[in-house]
Amino acid sequence: MSAALVVGAVLAVACVALVALPFMREPQPQDDALSRPDELEQRRLALSEERDRALAALKELEFDHRTGKVSDDDYRELVGPLRRRAAETLRALDVRATAHG
Amino acid sequence: MADLGRAALVTSFLLLLYALVGGSLAAWKGRRRLAESAQNALLGSFAATVVATAVLLGALARHDFSFQYVADHTSRELPLGYTLTAFWGGQEGSLLLWLLVLSGYSVAAVLTSRRVDREVLAWVVPTLALVGTFFSLLLVFVASPFATQAAVADGAGLNPSLQNPYMAIHPPMLYLGYVGLTVPFAFAMGALLARRTDERWIVATRRWTLAAWAFLGIGQLLGAHWAYVEIGWGGFYAWDPVENAALMPWLAATAFLHSVMIQEKRGMLKVWNVLLVVLAFGLSLFGTFLTRSGIIQSIHSFTQSSIGPWFLGFICLITAGSLTLIFARLPLLRAKTRLESLVSREATFLYNNLLLVALALTILWGVVYPILSQAVTGQAATVSKPYYNFFLHTFGIPLLLLMGIGPLVAWRRASLRALGRTFLWPLAAAVIAGAALLAAGAGSSRIGVIAYTFSVFVLASIVLEFARGTAARKALGGLGWAGAFSSLIARNRRRYGGYVVHASVVLLAIGITGASAYQTVRESRLKPGQSMTVAGDRLIFRGFQSRMESNHRAIRALVDVYRGDKYLGRYRPGKNQYFAEDQVSNEVSIRHDLLTGGDLFLIADQVNSDGSVDLKALQKPLVNLLWLAGFVFVGGALIALWPDAREERRLAERYAGAAVRA
Repeated sequence: MSAALVVGAVLAVACVALVALPFMREPQPQDDALSRPDELEQRRLALSEERDRALAALKELEFDHRTGKVSDDDYRELVGPLRRRAAETLRALDVRATAHG
Repeated sequence: MADLGRAALVTSFLLLLYALVGGSLAAWKGRRRLAESAQNALLGSFAATVVATAVLLGALARHDFSFQYVADHTSRELPLGYTLTAFWGGQEGSLLLWLLVLSGYSVAAVLTSRRVDREVLAWVVPTLALVGTFFSLLLVFVASPFATQAAVADGAGLNPSLQNPYMAIHPPMLYLGYVGLTVPFAFAMGALLARRTDERWIVATRRWTLAAWAFLGIGQLLGAHWAYVEIGWGGFYAWDPVENAALMPWLAATAFLHSVMIQEKRGMLKVWNVLLVVLAFGLSLFGTFLTRSGIIQSIHSFTQSSIGPWFLGFICLITAGSLTLIFARLPLLRAKTRLESLVSREATFLYNNLLLVALALTILWGVVYPILSQAVTGQAATVSKPYYNFFLHTFGIPLLLLMGIGPLVAWRRASLRALGRTFLWPLAAAVIAGAALLAAGAGSSRIGVIAYTFSVFVLASIVLEFARGTAARKALGGLGWAGAFSSLIARNRRRYGGYVVHASVVLLAIGITGASAYQTVRESRLKPGQSMTVAGDRLIFRGFQSRMESNHRAIRALVDVYRGDKYLGRYRPGKNQYFAEDQVSNEVSIRHDLLTGGDLFLIADQVNSDGSVDLKALQKPLVNLLWLAGFVFVGGALIALWPDAREERRLAERYAGAAVRA
C-alpha cells in the first residue's frame, strides 16, 4: 500500500509541476500573447497553397498526357491557363517577397 | 493498489478538465502560457492513464479477485494471455483502453503538429480534452474498473468467444481506428474555431487519418477472421449491429480520404470534408455506444450497462456543436473553383463519395431502426441480411466499378477519344472474363458474375496504371524498368499506395462473392462409419475424441476427408465445455486449399448421446482471398503512409515563416 501511495503522490506532484511549468519558467513574460498570423502572412500562405496547387496540376496534366489519359487537343487547351495561373501566383509571391525584404 | 488506480484516473480526469477549460480560455483570450500549460496537462493525463492501465494489468496478472473487474472477467484457470486480454473483455476495461489510446494519440498528434499555427493548436487541445474528459468522467463516476469487493476464491471467467488469439489484436486494432478518428476531428474543429480554413489542418492530420482508417480496416478484417474460425456458424460477417458500427465510420473515413484530395488539388469541397470528418468521428462514438450501452442484441454486447444515456448525450452534444460551428463558418469555407466536367477524376471521386456515404447511412438506418421502433411502438423490429445485401449490391457494385474507372480518367476533364484509348484493355479483359465465367457455368449467380467481371476490370485498370506510369517515367530517360517502377511509386506514394489498397478491395470482393454466391452447404446426422458428400468431397465420421484442458473439456468429432480415392486428411470439429463460465462453444475445423483458395468448413452442430453427430459442411470457393486482401491492404496502407522526403521539403518551404506550434 505504501508503494502505491508513493507512486500516487509522485504522479500527482509531477503532473502539477508539468502544468505549472510554463508559468514557473516565465513568471513575468515580455509577451504572453498567442502569435496570430497577420493579414500579409495569411495572404502569403494562401498564395503558396495556390502555387503548389497550380504546379501540381501542371505535373498531373503532363503525366496524364504522357500516359494517354489526356488527348493532344485537351492538353493544348488546358496547359495554357494552368501555366498562366502558376506564373501569376509565383509572380505574386515574388512581389511580396521583394516588398518585405 | 485499487486506490492507486482510482487516484490515477481522478488525476487524469482533473488534468483533462483543466486542459478543456484552461485550453479554451487560452485559445479564446490568446494566452500563450496558459495554452502551453493546457498542452502539458494533456501530457500529464497520458502519464496518469498509463499508471491506471498498469494497475489494472497488474491486478489481472495477479488474479487479484478483490478487484470486481478481475473477478467478473477472469478465473484462476484462465491462461495468462487471455487473462491479460480480459483488460478489454469487459466494459470498464475497454473504456480505459479508449482513454489510454485517446490520450496517447492526443500527445503524439499535438507534439508532432509543427505545421499547424499556434492559434489552431490552442483550439485543438481543448477539443481533444473534451473527448478525453467525457471518457475519464465515465471511468471515475460511472464505470470504474477499480471497484473493489471482498476477494472471492475464483472469478467468473471470460466469455469463451473471447478466448481466442485474435482477442489479443482485434479489439486494440479497432480502438486504434475508432479513437484515431478523434485526431482529424479535433484539428478540423480547431481550424474552424480559429477561423483558419487553409489546408494546414489537413496536412497536419493526413497521416493520422490514414493510420486510423488503416487500423479500423485491419481491425474489421481480423474480426471477420475471428468470427470465421471462432463463432462457428460458417460465416465471417453477419451484419451484426456492432460489426456495422465499425464499418460505418470506416466508410465515412474512406469517403473523406478521397474527397480531401479534391480539396488539396482543386480547393473544392471544404464544407463536405469537414462534414465527413464529423460524420466519421460521430459514427465512431456511435459504435462505442452500440457496443457498450447494451441497447442492442448482439454477439458483441458482452455487457449490459447504464452508460447508454451518457453516450447518447455526448454524441448529441458533439454533433450539434460541430454542425453549429460549420454553419457559423460557412462563409470561410466557400470554394473558389468549380467542377469543370462530370467526366473527370474529381467527378468520379464525388460519385464514390456519394455512394460511400449512402451505403454508410443506409447501414446506419438498418442499425437504428430497431431501436427507434422499440422506443416508439414498444415492439422490437429486426432488419436482417436481405436489407443489407440489397444496399450492398446497390451501392457496392457501382463502387467497385468506379474503382476501375477513376484511375483511367484524367483530372479536370476527359475527352471521349482519350477515354476510348484508356478503357480499351480493361474493358476487353472484363468482357473476356465475363464470357469465360458464363461459359464455365458461373451464371448460377448473376451478382457473382457481375462482381467478378467488374473485379477483372478494376484489376486490369490498376495493372495498366502501373504499366503506363512506369513506361512514362522510363521514357524520361536515365532509368531502367525497375528504377522507373520504384521511382513512380516513390514520387506519388499516396496514389500508388491507394491503387494497392484498391487491389485489396478487389480481392475482398472476389473472396466475399465466392464464399457467399457460390458456396455449397450440406448437413447430415452421421453415425460412426457413415459418410456424406459436399461439392465432390466425401466426409466419413469415425467417432468422438474427448480430452481435458486447463479450463475446459474438449470433444471432437473425427472426420476423414476424401476427394475421389485421395485421402485429404483428418479434421476435428467439436465443442468445448467451459467449467467456470458454464458455457459451451462451437469449435470448427477448416481445410484450407491453398491451390484453389477455397475452404472446406466443418461444424459439429450437435453432439448426440447415441454417438452420432449433426455435421454441417460448407465448401467456400476463393474465401482465402479475403484474408490475402488483408495483407495487400496493409502493404498499400504502408506505401501511402511512408514519409515522402520530397513532399516534406515542399511543405517545409510552403510553411516557412508561418508560426509553428506553441
